[in-house]
Amino acid sequence: MDRIPILQMGDLLLVTIQVDMHDQLALTLQDDLTDRIQRTSARGVLIDISALDIVDSFIGRMISTISALGRIMDASTVLVGMQPAVAITLVELGLDLRGVRTALNVERGMKLLQQPEASP
Amino acid sequence: MTECSGSIPVRVEQDVVLARQAVRQLAVASGLRLVDQTKLVTAASELARNAVIYGGGGEMRWTIVERGVRKGIQLIFADQGPGIADHARALTDGWSSGTGMGLGLSGSRRLVDEFELDSAPGEGTRVTIVKWI
Repeated sequence: MDRIPILQMGDLLLVTIQVDMHDQLALTLQDDLTDRIQRTSARGVLIDISALDIVDSFIGRMISTISALGRIMDASTVLVGMQPAVAITLVELGLDLRGVRTALNVERGMKLLQQPEASP
Repeated sequence: MTECSGSIPVRVEQDVVLARQAVRQLAVASGLRLVDQTKLVTAASELARNAVIYGGGGEMRWTIVERGVRKGIQLIFADQGPGIADHARALTDGWSSGTGMGLGLSGSRRLVDEFELDSAPGEGTRVTIVKWI
């Protein structure tokens, strides 16, 4: 079965989504990530979606779920690289990814992960 | 001669990906601008998934339509599933008969120029959308 690779860099996990994911692949990534957070005691997860040319409600929900699960497991998630057309479409679709931290690119995302998360 | 209509099955989850790719190709070939391509592909993804999950599978038909001097892409998602009794409720944000977020129908309606829901209990569901170029 195909999977999205998860790279480890120190106490960060890095995921670059480069394929058009079918729903099961997205769910597998969600499971794999929580498993890796637990096994590696990672403190941060960076998800790079710069190669994705659409994010629909299913993928949007997966991103929100990963972020919420990560928070519960003491790992911050930052979503980076969303294309402008994808952002416009997501907001019109009705998804605002509330609670998900975002950054424009990988470099800024890394910086964000090195700062403590503001308490809600 | 250019092909200006066709159909592909949307029966299993992987077909949703194929439907997205087919709509993207169509949108690019028709000269739709990037934001509109993205909106149309996203709407197609939502509606194709609905047809698979709630409709038990169906098909997507696509046609290049013309109205006066305007050209557009029309997509029809048809399934023979249980159908929808309460259209107004089905088109409300957050309402879902399944495990989704309830944005499939209401959200995709906002992403296109024309949207028509044709469904009755026991008679399947047909959603027709148009994006003008």
